[in-house]
Amino acid sequence: MKKDNNTSRLMTWIDDRLPIFSYANKNVIDYPTPKNLNYWWNFGSIAGIILVIMIITGIFLAMNYQPHTDVAFQSVERIMRDVNYGWLLRYLHMNGASMFFIVIYIHMFRGMYFGSYKNPREILWIMGVAIYVTMMATAFMGYVLPWGQMSFWGATVITNLFTTIPLVGDYLVTWIWGGFTIDSPTINRFFVWHYLMPAIIVGIVIVHLWALHVTKSNNPLGIDIKSKKDTIPFHPYYTIKDLFGFGVFLIIFLYFVFFQPNFFAEADNYIPANPMVTPPHIVPEWYFLPFYAILRAIPDKLGGVIAMGGGVMILFILPWLDTSKVRSARYRPIFKVMFWVFVADVLFLGWLGIRPSEGIYLTWGRIATFYYFFHFLVLLPALGKYEKCYPVPDDISEEFLKDHCGDTDDTDGKEEKTNA
Amino acid sequence: MSKLLGKISCPKREFLLASTSTLGAVGAAAAAWPFIDSINPAADVLAVSSTEVDLSSIAVGEGLGVLWRGKPVFIKHRTAEEIKQAQDEDSVEMIDPQTDADRVQKTEWLVVIGICTHLGCLPSGHLPGDKKGEFGGWFCPCHGSQYDTSGRIRSGPAPLNLEIPPYAFKDDTTLIIGDAEA
Repeated sequence: MKKDNNTSRLMTWIDDRLPIFSYANKNVIDYPTPKNLNYWWNFGSIAGIILVIMIITGIFLAMNYQPHTDVAFQSVERIMRDVNYGWLLRYLHMNGASMFFIVIYIHMFRGMYFGSYKNPREILWIMGVAIYVTMMATAFMGYVLPWGQMSFWGATVITNLFTTIPLVGDYLVTWIWGGFTIDSPTINRFFVWHYLMPAIIVGIVIVHLWALHVTKSNNPLGIDIKSKKDTIPFHPYYTIKDLFGFGVFLIIFLYFVFFQPNFFAEADNYIPANPMVTPPHIVPEWYFLPFYAILRAIPDKLGGVIAMGGGVMILFILPWLDTSKVRSARYRPIFKVMFWVFVADVLFLGWLGIRPSEGIYLTWGRIATFYYFFHFLVLLPALGKYEKCYPVPDDISEEFLKDHCGDTDDTDGKEEKTNA
Repeated sequence: MSKLLGKISCPKREFLLASTSTLGAVGAAAAAWPFIDSINPAADVLAVSSTEVDLSSIAVGEGLGVLWRGKPVFIKHRTAEEIKQAQDEDSVEMIDPQTDADRVQKTEWLVVIGICTHLGCLPSGHLPGDKKGEFGGWFCPCHGSQYDTSGRIRSGPAPLNLEIPPYAFKDDTTLIIGDAEA
């Protein structure tokens, strides 16, 4: 690149004192990235951009929102009706939350399929799960703020989970509420936390990326980068690919924002909160449904809460539950099937989460809950011992040449069992 | 892959880069506008843009302060003496020259926004017993700007006369401050 002499001297001067240019070059321009990443690797960057969209829309919404039980509902309606483009900001924020979870779930399942959590990426994975848990807390508190019926009763149900804690449970809930029920003190502090926690998420994201840039990206083959030949520079190859994927994502996101803005919402949340009337059908936001189904499957108050919490927390120790040395499911014939069974189980749990908790649904819920834990606690450790894997290729570039320049039939992008 | 890249000529690539970047910049600017506009006054704020005042209770020589769009507006029922003083001084050298006739619709009613044009304080003078300053109008306690009986700046650091809000007389005793059509 040709550069004006003075400009380059100024850049050198700055870089000697604060190495932002060489840092950017090392981490986003020349950054060596496996050359064989597929589109499932787009979701990390998409998640990052949604986080930014959520923070910006959130800041502007907060400029018109009032965290008090008397006016919270009206202030949201005022945003919808009177504030210039308030409807757009709110629908972006509301649907953005759902999109954020969709993207994060795909990102997590991708990590599971390709074994991205395995040695040496355990801390990278743990930081990711920490982001996910923080997101759940943030989303929950955000859902309380519009102060509709679902806000109020959802908050009541979720905060009451803490009453299961022996001895201190009741005091803890009173402390969380700042009163004897969900009221203005609660909504005020939830607003503060909801505004603060994204900053915490940004902090964990930075650590997540830091860990990523130490171990470098995993890839569909699940093998290590051996030489420079296995990589291409992040810019322009992956900046363009990420941008393209983000464009496709935006089309889907904005379709919901403009044409189905309440697709993910509950009609009951457009009724102002009423502590005297519980809606007949309480359901959490869709992204909590699998865990909600686990909660309801256990016929014991404390047990249900422990199972639900365990369902999330078990993700933290996933790197040690999966004992297989082979990362990618491409070379693990049994795991590959079991992965999709697990995905189906989670989706099934989500479906059960909105069914009435009775009769056959209860039975199915228990089976699905059992299987959820069976997958983590029995299947994954056992597969590591007994599964016979396909031979794993030696290096990315050779495999890449076979896929892209070979004379074999056109199976590009498909799961291909090679070297068998 | 390298075969593919080799076929792309540089001018084409440069054109694509420039056109994509331009479109991207336009898109980003368009996306920024709703955010910027969202902190402008909202519809409910603009809806209360006119204030109705009953003038029958204001005796000659008295004044009234009302809020219009959250700003203080001084309505002064001027005495014949004050009107004469304002008109006589039209030709005097002033900081912001303006005739009294340009500042009132009916000579006995002076309607001004009660915000000192210096740095926004509230000048005193519209209530009985207020300090009115040397020119018989208003005196700003913050930095000593003095206004005459027509609300014109006569001495002190303020650069402009007291602003006149849009207003209209609905009938003899009713004043509407703000957009006449509202």
